[in-house]
Amino acid sequence: MKVTVQYFALFREQAGSASEAIEWPGGTAAELFVRMTETHTALVAEAAALVAINDEMAGWETPLEEGDVVLFFPPVAGG
Amino acid sequence: MKFTVSNTAIDVAAARKAVADSSCGALVVFEGWIRDHNEGRAVERLEYEVYRPLAEKEGTKIIAEACNRYAISQAMCIHREGLLELSDIAVIVCVSSAHRGAAFDACRYIIDEVKSRLPIWKKEHYASGIAEWVNCARCAAAGHAHGEH
Repeated sequence: MKVTVQYFALFREQAGSASEAIEWPGGTAAELFVRMTETHTALVAEAAALVAINDEMAGWETPLEEGDVVLFFPPVAGG
Repeated sequence: MKFTVSNTAIDVAAARKAVADSSCGALVVFEGWIRDHNEGRAVERLEYEVYRPLAEKEGTKIIAEACNRYAISQAMCIHREGLLELSDIAVIVCVSSAHRGAAFDACRYIIDEVKSRLPIWKKEHYASGIAEWVNCARCAAAGHAHGEH
């Protein structure tokens, strides 16, 4: 399954990349994040991190579909 | 009733005017300013990164939620992005209503939701020359006493 991953702020710096295309067996958003931490060893999970799929906020347990664009957001800090 | 992201200085007079309504007896305005310290460290400037497509979508939802929950007339919010200097306005919320109670409540609701839900990140540039992303979990742990604008 092909998906696109986008990283923001701290995650982008840890991953050393803003965006990448991934070919993987499939699974949930949380499983994809774990896979990415194996690829990018500086990338560290955060309890308050959020995920969005195709520009909609999503749950970490959402199963991904072919062509999804998955956005990994580190803990937000607006205001 | 709208939420916008701006890469230029916030015009407070224009923001107030955007919620003007002759049926209203109250206007509540919240301004979040760039503070010169955080968690014991001297801050020199602050950088906001915003993922606009989703921030604008979620921000618009938050304004709509406030309008549904509280008896208010108009509400708006502008959040800055980019590099900001001390005392700059990072965010403004304006709410107008017939009576003040609803406007205070709605204003508090909007700023709290904006801070916890929108894909916005800030990087603090310290006097020491170091710059670090502010982690929201750490802000929460610091408590309400000094952890907020």
